Order: sequence, then structure tokens, then C-alpha cells
Amino acid sequence: MADVVLENVTKSFGDVLALDNISLTVPDGSFVVLLGPTGAGKTTILRMVSGLDNPDSGDVSIGGQSMTGHTPAQRNVAMVFQQYSLYPHLTVRQNLEFPLKSPLLKTPRELIDQKVKHVADILQITHKLDNNATALSGGEMQRVSIGRALVRDPSIYLMDEPLSSLDAKLRSELRIELKKIQADLGATLLYVTHDQIEAMTMATHIGVLDEGKLVQFGSPREIYENPVSIYAASRLGQLRINILPADLFPGAPTGARFIGMRPEHIAQGEGVESFVKRVEHLGDQTRLHLVYKDHNLVTVTDAHTPLRSGDVVRIQPSNPAYFDADGNRLTQG
Amino acid sequence: MSFSVTAPSTRQKWIAGILVIGYALITLLPLIWIVATGFKSSPDAIAYPPKIVFDPTVEGYVNLFTTQTRLIDGNAEAVEDLPWYEKLVRERGNTIVGPSRFSERFFNSVIIGFGSTFFAIVLGTAAAYAFSRFKVPLKDDLLFFILSTRMMPPIAVAIPIFLMFRNLGLNDTHAGMILLYTAVNLSLSVWLINGFIDEIPIEYEEAALIDGYTRFQAFYKVVLPQAATGIASTAIFCLIFAWNEYAFAVLLTSGTAQTAPPFIPTIIGVGGQDWPAVAAGATLFLLPVMVFTILLRKHLLRGITFGAVRK
Repeated sequence: MADVVLENVTKSFGDVLALDNISLTVPDGSFVVLLGPTGAGKTTILRMVSGLDNPDSGDVSIGGQSMTGHTPAQRNVAMVFQQYSLYPHLTVRQNLEFPLKSPLLKTPRELIDQKVKHVADILQITHKLDNNATALSGGEMQRVSIGRALVRDPSIYLMDEPLSSLDAKLRSELRIELKKIQADLGATLLYVTHDQIEAMTMATHIGVLDEGKLVQFGSPREIYENPVSIYAASRLGQLRINILPADLFPGAPTGARFIGMRPEHIAQGEGVESFVKRVEHLGDQTRLHLVYKDHNLVTVTDAHTPLRSGDVVRIQPSNPAYFDADGNRLTQG
Repeated sequence: MSFSVTAPSTRQKWIAGILVIGYALITLLPLIWIVATGFKSSPDAIAYPPKIVFDPTVEGYVNLFTTQTRLIDGNAEAVEDLPWYEKLVRERGNTIVGPSRFSERFFNSVIIGFGSTFFAIVLGTAAAYAFSRFKVPLKDDLLFFILSTRMMPPIAVAIPIFLMFRNLGLNDTHAGMILLYTAVNLSLSVWLINGFIDEIPIEYEEAALIDGYTRFQAFYKVVLPQAATGIASTAIFCLIFAWNEYAFAVLLTSGTAQTAPPFIPTIIGVGGQDWPAVAAGATLFLLPVMVFTILLRKHLLRGITFGAVRK
């Protein structure tokens, strides 16, 4: 395991600028999640690190050594793909053995058996080892796929939305499993997703990407509590941050154009009058959809709230974030 | 028959069965007739109305593999010591003077047919992989050019090829025929295999590259096994063409490298119309392609990546 550093990496495909001067450090032993919508450049970053593509300019280094001109094999990275994850003509065991048998590793037979068994135990696929790769369910396939990365001892594990094609239950199971494995191994992981829950629950660091630019890099808490822009703020939070014109509420600093309030930033009981539009009882919490001066807001309230549609609730911002006309955070806000 | 998703009814199964058997009978009848004629005696073969039930004999096969001459003085040797095939020939007053050229010609067909198929597949796979995976300049034009070699019947260029072969000393050589059939089959193999390789997601190779393999190893260990089905079916098409090709074989071969197709008709001329021998030759000629197809059938039927791909 080693630090992975991207320095001023730029890459375009034809006219499309996929990565715009990205600098990013993945510290040894960290779990870095790259978050952003489709086309933000997340997968391209993985391909830069893996060596499947090379940057137009800038440098990628692993463990202090520049990787320019190194083939994927020479970089000693392991990657889990979003799709087409298993070699369909091989059995599960052969899939897991595949990287170990490569000319790069040339692992002795006993060690291969030992590692395959170990990884199969961790991922609970031991009973499927001699199945054909095609005779697995989606979740099992993805486990094997992760296993094929885990049998190795690479400088870094690269994962490209490995859980995105699974159903919700399996996704949450594997999420916990993956985090546990990473913590146990002390592995360095660069993980791509557009799922903010995956980012929040697993990451030690999150990098927020927007159209090839790294907008913000920090711990999940930091990005959640101190987003640098409306864009970064909107990436995290189960309920999206409420963005309203800043002048709707008193106390906006000069230059503020928008006010951003997460549900916990809306204090109920005092302040301006808003109307309850809809009440969603989720069991452990209740979501309140409010209307204030023709603007919609969403917040949470007591699970057993007596509020009903049409009721009046007084609200006021509590410790909100202010943004300027370009959507950037106002520092004094 | 119907597009419903329910299982077919018994009646539908019967209708389907009858249709399939009827179709099989129609297509297989010439084949059955040839095999049967090979085991008939000469008079039975040309009997009218045709004999459905007959006494089988291997006379046709013996005639196919031997050259015979009229036996002048009858019973010079003890008939009992003669091998069975000589006895069979003696019944018609003939004696065997040596083997015929059929086995040689048949062997030529094997060498040229399988040889040209081998080269068409190896070269075709390499070219198709390059077209499918690399940025080849003028790729579409090149592919079209390759296909355009198939836009006229190959025999249209028979005379230039004949002249080229004569000047190059390739007339009536195995190498010449293998070269020619490889060239004709290459467009087919490049196009078909290109299609099959295009179907294989590039992610598999990328995974292999990251797993520590070189480009060639990734091709060999990941692409090739998945393309095996397509390559096998392409090989069958190539073999069938090379095996059955008649026009060039007549034109360019006469002795050493003559293949079976131009040879079989010459049997007719030797000592009357020996239809059973011709039928026997045709039957044996059909066998290798049949065996080859049956051997590769497993590859033809097995779904390639079905189920492994989550889209």
C-alpha cells in the first residue's frame, strides 16, 4: 500500500474536457470516495491511476514514483469494474486465481489455494468456488469481482461503482462488508460512486467532482457541514439541502444571494409563518414539506407529530450557509 | 407458431414435429440416395423404377479404390487364397491391377481444405482483433475493401489467377491452392470474426491488463476463449468452401495437387458409367465436413457470455 498522488492531471477525449487540472492525494490506508454525477470524470480518474488511459498532461505517482509510461500491470493496482466484472468462460475459482497466476505475480500453487480460500471465506462464496462465473446471482458476481481484487496485495484498490447494479438490501450489506475489509486490511481504496450514502458511510475522504474539476476534498463531515458551494452541498444529505433566495429571511450578509439550509438548520416554533403541504411518516422520522412565500422546503420533525397538511408552522434559519450569485460559499456566512 | 409465452400444447408440438421431420426428409433425401447408391450394384443403381430395397454390396467402394483390367485367362490361381475384394472383382471377370488415385486426391483435399481454413482463421482472427480494438487508419475503408473482394464470384478472376499461378510456378501445387483458398476465405473470416470480437466487451481485456497480463496474453486468455464459438463457426464456413470448391480446382490442378471434386467425375468415364463408385466417392467426400461440423457443434451451440453480462 502506498500514497497515490495526482498532480495537475488533464485529459480530454476529442472536444470533451474530461479532467481539468486535477490534483488529488489518496493517503496510504485511506478510503477515498469520488462523488459526482455521470460525466463528472470519476471513472476517468480511476483509469488514469490504473494506466488504462494516460493523462494529456500532469503526473500520476504511486508510492512516490511517477507512473508515466508504466503499463497497468507494472503499476500493481487492482480494479473492480462496474460491469462485465467476471471472466465468463472461467469458474469462480479460476476467476479468483487469474490475477495470482499472471506473469506479474506468478504465485506458487499452495499460496494461490491459500489466498483464494481466505478471500472466499471473507466474502462467503466458498460453496460457489467451482460454479461457472455465469451461474451466479448479481450479488455473488460482484462479491467474486471484489474477491478478485482482494486476492492481490496491490498498491491501491480501485473500485468503479461496484455496488451500483445491486439491489438495495445487498448494497447495504456489501457496503458494510467492504468498509470492514478495508479497515481490517488497512488497504488504500479509491472508490467511485454517485451514491451519497456509500460516500457518507464508507469514506475517510470524499472528493466532489463537477465536470472534470475537483470541487472539494475533505472528510465526509467537513463536506457535509462546510460545503464550498451549492453544488458540493447538494451532493451530500439524504434530504437535499434547501436552497432559497437569501432575502427571504432576515439576517443575510452582504453579497449573499442564496441561503442553504439542511433540515437541521430549520428551527421550528418561532420565526416566519409557513404552511404544511405534505407530511410523510417514515416511521423513525417524519418529513415535512413546507411552503413559504411560494418556495418549497423540506425538513424533518418529530416522528409522532400531530401536524397535518394545511397547518401553519413557524420557522427560522439556524446556522445556515450563504452562497453568492455563482453558487460559491460566502466565507463569513 | 404462436407468440404466446405459455408452453406449446400437445397439438402444437405434434404439428411442429411433423413439419421438422418433413423438412429433414426433403433436405436429406439426396444425401440418403447417394449413400444408398454407393452400396448398390451397377444394375441396381440404374434400375427403373428405382429400387428402394436392394442387396447391399461394397462393389462401388472396391471399384473406387482400385484400378481393374479384364481377366484374360480364367482360373490360373486358386480362387480360395484371394482376398475378399479380389473375389468380388473376379465375379465380374475383372482383376485388380493396383490402387486408384482416389485416396491421393482425397488426401489432397484434406491438406488443402484444412490448411487453407487454418490460415484463413489465424490471419482473419488477427486482422479482426486489430480492426475491433485498435485505431486503424481508414478502418472502414479497409474493411469495405476486404469485403469488396467478395462482390464478384471468385471465378470471374480465374484467368488472371491462372496466368499468375503459371508464372509463379504455383500451378498444380498444394501451396498454390492453399494460398488461393485462404485469400478467398479471408474476407469472410475477417468480417465474421470482427463481428464476434466486437461483441466481447473491452472491459474483460482491461481487467486482464490490470490483473497483470500483457496485451497478447489478455487476447489469448480472455478474448480467444470467448470468441471460440464464433471462430469455430467461421472455420466451418471456410472449410466447406475450400472443400467443395470445383472451378478453380479444375482449372489449376490436374495431377499432384488435384482435389477430390474434380477427380470424382472422372470415375464415370472409366469402364462405363460406374454410378455406385461415384456415389461411394461422394459419400466419403462428405464425411470429413460432417465430422468436423459435429466436433465443433458443441462450440456452435454453447451460449458465449450469456448471463455473465449485467447490463
